[in-house]
Amino acid sequence: MAIDTNIELTDGGDPSAFLIEPPRTRTKRTGRKSRTNFEMLAWLFMRLSGIVLVFLVLGHLIIQLLLDGGVSKISFAFVAGRWASPFWQFWDLLMLWLAMLHGANGMRTVINDYAERETTRFWLKVLLVTATVFTVLLGTLVIFTFDPTIS
Amino acid sequence: MPAGTLYRGREGMWSWVAHRVTGVLIFFFLFAHVLDTALVRVSPNAYNSVIATYKTWPVNLMEYGLTAAILFHALNGLRVIAVDFWAKGPKYQRQMLWSVVTLWVLLMAGAFYPILRVTLRTWFG
Repeated sequence: MAIDTNIELTDGGDPSAFLIEPPRTRTKRTGRKSRTNFEMLAWLFMRLSGIVLVFLVLGHLIIQLLLDGGVSKISFAFVAGRWASPFWQFWDLLMLWLAMLHGANGMRTVINDYAERETTRFWLKVLLVTATVFTVLLGTLVIFTFDPTIS
Repeated sequence: MPAGTLYRGREGMWSWVAHRVTGVLIFFFLFAHVLDTALVRVSPNAYNSVIATYKTWPVNLMEYGLTAAILFHALNGLRVIAVDFWAKGPKYQRQMLWSVVTLWVLLMAGAFYPILRVTLRTWFG
């Protein structure tokens, strides 16, 4: 898209109309009360959880898909054997929470980037939060209430 | 093409695009994966019958694809962290991307047989 270069920016107009305010400048629309550093904390969380997830998820893939015959050995008995150990229960619980929150925050960024209408953004985020809370709670419940003797 | 869909191109932009696409793919798989694992609370049979689909060759190919997506996202994520926190990160971001791609190709080659055993046995006996 070509930019129209014929516009004379200062032709009789108010030059301050073209001023771009520095980021983080407080304006009348800035909330009076404490502004949190939510976006900075989200940014930091992505990096910290990312480092932990590299180990948790790659370890998970190696165990489930590569070792001992790969995917063909996975069964209810295999899951029961692993969740008999609190170590693997904790591994899976931590992986579930970090991966879901990391993924949900990534999806939030994607929604913010591509959904332009305010109502669309709102409902997509409602859907995202609902799906995320449901999945995290379901997974947590399954890990904590797992019963190897169920039939 | 609508305005604003192409940024500056080259390694920086395309690694960002790949990071975003793989991230969304992994997130959608994660939903399905928590749901299929939740079947262990229903019955061993329910769980085993759904896991049986994971052992068919079309899904097995997708598992290799999922591994490819996760591995790229993980390695490139470490690169992003290096760009953000290492003083020389931005200067070497391009070299780091090609290191990521090289490592990714090597690890995917190494995972080829172990992950695709089911498919290879179905196709070639």
